[in-house]
Amino acid sequence: MATLNPEVTRTAAPKRGGLWEWITTTDHKKIGILYGGSAIVFFVVGGIEALLIRVQLATPNGEFLSADSYNQMFTMHATTMVFLVVMPAAAAFTNYFLPILLGARDVAFPRLNALSYWVFFFGGLFLTVSFFVGGAPDGGWFGYAPLSTQVTEVVRMDYWALGLQIVGLASLLASVNFITTVFAMRATGMTLMRMPVFAWMALVVNFLLLFSLPIITVGLIQVFLDRNLGTVFFDAANGGDPILWQHLFWLFGHPEVYILILPAMGIVSEVLPTFAKKPLFGRSFVIFSGIAIGFMGFGVWAHHMFTAGLGPVAEAAFALTTMFIAVPTGVKIFNWLGTVWGGSIRLATPMLFSLGFIAMFVIGGLSGVTHSVAPADWQQHDTYYVVAHFHYVLVGGAVFGLIAGLYYWWPKITGKLLHEGLGKVHFWLIFIGFNLTFAPMHILGLNGMPRRTYRYPEGLGFEFWNFIATVGSFLIAVAMLVFFWNLYRTWRKGEVAGPDPWDGRTLEWSISSPPPVHNFDRIPVVEHEDDFWHRKYTTAEDGTAVAIDPPPVFDTEPDDNIHLPSPSFYPVLASAGLFITVMGLVYVPWGLIAAGAGAVITLWGLFGWSMEPLTREEH
Amino acid sequence: MSTRQRAVVVLLLFAAALVVSACAGPDHLDIASDPAFDSDLPQNALDPAGPAAQSIDNLWWLVFWIATAVFVVVEAALLFAVFRYRRRKGVDRAVEQVHGNTRLEIMWTIIPVVLLAALAIPTIATLFELRAEPEPEENALQIEVTGHQWWWEFYYPEYGFSTANEMHIPAGRPVYLSMTSADVIHSFWVPQLNGKRDAVPGRITNLTLEADEPGVFLGQCTEFCGLAHADMRHRVSAVSEAAFEAWATSQMQPAVVPTDGLAGAGWETFEILCASCHTVRGSSAAAELAPDLTHFASRETFGGATIRYTEQHLREWLRDPNALKPMRPELNDLSVGRVLGMPNLDLTEQQIDELIAFLDTLE
Repeated sequence: MATLNPEVTRTAAPKRGGLWEWITTTDHKKIGILYGGSAIVFFVVGGIEALLIRVQLATPNGEFLSADSYNQMFTMHATTMVFLVVMPAAAAFTNYFLPILLGARDVAFPRLNALSYWVFFFGGLFLTVSFFVGGAPDGGWFGYAPLSTQVTEVVRMDYWALGLQIVGLASLLASVNFITTVFAMRATGMTLMRMPVFAWMALVVNFLLLFSLPIITVGLIQVFLDRNLGTVFFDAANGGDPILWQHLFWLFGHPEVYILILPAMGIVSEVLPTFAKKPLFGRSFVIFSGIAIGFMGFGVWAHHMFTAGLGPVAEAAFALTTMFIAVPTGVKIFNWLGTVWGGSIRLATPMLFSLGFIAMFVIGGLSGVTHSVAPADWQQHDTYYVVAHFHYVLVGGAVFGLIAGLYYWWPKITGKLLHEGLGKVHFWLIFIGFNLTFAPMHILGLNGMPRRTYRYPEGLGFEFWNFIATVGSFLIAVAMLVFFWNLYRTWRKGEVAGPDPWDGRTLEWSISSPPPVHNFDRIPVVEHEDDFWHRKYTTAEDGTAVAIDPPPVFDTEPDDNIHLPSPSFYPVLASAGLFITVMGLVYVPWGLIAAGAGAVITLWGLFGWSMEPLTREEH
Repeated sequence: MSTRQRAVVVLLLFAAALVVSACAGPDHLDIASDPAFDSDLPQNALDPAGPAAQSIDNLWWLVFWIATAVFVVVEAALLFAVFRYRRRKGVDRAVEQVHGNTRLEIMWTIIPVVLLAALAIPTIATLFELRAEPEPEENALQIEVTGHQWWWEFYYPEYGFSTANEMHIPAGRPVYLSMTSADVIHSFWVPQLNGKRDAVPGRITNLTLEADEPGVFLGQCTEFCGLAHADMRHRVSAVSEAAFEAWATSQMQPAVVPTDGLAGAGWETFEILCASCHTVRGSSAAAELAPDLTHFASRETFGGATIRYTEQHLREWLRDPNALKPMRPELNDLSVGRVLGMPNLDLTEQQIDELIAFLDTLE
């Protein structure tokens, strides 16, 4: 589509900043890029962990990894992929696009936003440090007590408890920020029901974070105290209760599943209409089913505990709630089908990944329904069947959705289009590799292979499918190499995207690629859902779209008084202090000195922050 | 992809296959050639051998076929839509801007609700049925199960003896397990007989097992319990009532401690080095931190049912238990009863010969 205002494109290309500019930035777009870059780095780390796991399991009685290394690998693979890849990747898109989709110039609290990122960064760094100081956490990402509180001589699980605490804090800070942004920063006319579905899903996700993170925070504090101060929260011999931890963990952990998947659902709900040239089918149903999933997500946690001995009444109740969360999920899938039905489907890479998302998420959703049949779950629980199930939800679902978002929004962020041919190779390789890796795990689990086992003997019939799964995992690795090559190639000589390469529907496509620092020269006045589409098209009498010819020219006289947040050094300072604090807390008691020093630095950062002048001279 | 690129990919996969096949270690369990297992999948949840596993299996196939039907309909609709409505080159078809259809929305909300309700009824019925305690007239055998890192203790209260990792039960009679744990959470699972159930410290959980016919059924711990979780296996031998009574009667007998010869010397070594953790009823060895070895030589396996009982394997084990099954004996603290595996006792070959001779007497 035509550039609406050529001046904007010329004047607004942001200069690439130096290191200091990145460290002190409070620009939501830069922070989004930092989140995204970190997620990609950690994806490589978590991916290597996964490949090591698959090599170990390729043959019976594997000796590639020791039992000890294997337990670290599966613990850190899950911890990394959940907290350091999928969550920050979703945070990257939310940071970059939520304000733009709402017609805002930044998030509500830009410095808090920087603090969120740097707290996350140091949390990820802290978890990674553990590999180099005597071993990474090895008690599972779910850290079941009393295993997680048992061996206090080895500090690995202290790293886990404190590391999760820190990355959780980062998400909690971000949730307050994003929720406020949605409620306070929308452009004129951007009513809640006109918000793009991605913005809606981001809102739901951040409410889930706001309400679920405090629960795990309490649990992690209890783990830390049991380990270091001799409290007995989870110590049955002294009146504590190990099952209490499971309730706390899953009351956080199940909403967490929706925290991981809803952003991808939001992305897919943006991509499908764009590439089918039709509005999202049943838009309000998609939004309300997302809200329903958010509420119901807090009422299904004990389905992770069907074998723990809650009693038949509780098991029956949670079996029912788990079955019925499938209803709003189904509503979403049917509406996506309705969206592509009758459209004019352009199979570009973002669309391929979105369609792949639907196809794979259906499988993960249906295997989820088989878990809700509690007696069947007594067989499936803690087997590879579950591993298959949640990888269909979190890789075929969340990761495919996030990759769709990356191909979709990359031209907006960088101004250059990713190579379509390589994108298609990437999609098909990862689609085949993914199914080769995880489909066999359904069979393995039903055939009796438990998860979290570093080896299996010959003769149980696990050999063949494990080998196939390992081959599949390397195919995924090849697919990701193609993807990274595509990123590199595009960076060197990518095709210039222009402001609106996909004929987009939402506000981000109305501004230049990459967007100017201040996003909008003039804050838009929104009159429709999919407002940008309505500026380009009208609907004919037979209901088809007709391009407005000639394209309308808008009054884009820049606002006189564009206020942008000043850069600040204090967020990174406060976060670094937190890092020193938790490093010290691992090595109680002598580490308390470091912990105290770190706390002082954090306080200094927060104090300096509060004393910072409100605005500085514009540079 | 060009032919050359494809060749590189194939070569890489081939190299990976070579690397991983070089990593397979020795097999100490030998399930494949054990005549007790005629199935290629001896731990298969889809091959029920008892009433509980059968009920679950029926429920599984019900939900499987419902899910498969939904899967086929949705994926077919998706594929159809993509092929039917994909944009052909050069043709820019006008697209009707449909925003939704309330009747469709109601339909695809109601149909899943009906399907799920149909699924919920047998689910809840089976759930309550399988969680019920066996009736007194069924004369269920009671077994108290205790999970340890990394082995199972099975105590038969009606008979007054304990065994480790290998449970014997009468076929055709329900067995009611009362389970707990001595350390962390474990989970007891014999897929062919029933679903799994966690063994939780400070709590008693229950599970009913019943085998229709005699046979050996494999299982393993399914709740991650630390370093050797993968090496915490168990097996259930279902035998006829008469054979069970005979077995239980022989297990009740105390051991006769040998006094002379190689076995006698082995007992002296055992008393010094092993009795701080192990029990041999009928001797002075009475510690309960590790498996009861009173009838050790009657077992098919040891080391958490991961090692077939042969003289060669026992010798390797006594040389260094952790080479066969990695444990964490460096964290043992007998004063507080914490045992995380058998340490390397640095035995001489002479001591090993003696100990094997002694253990062999514990029929």
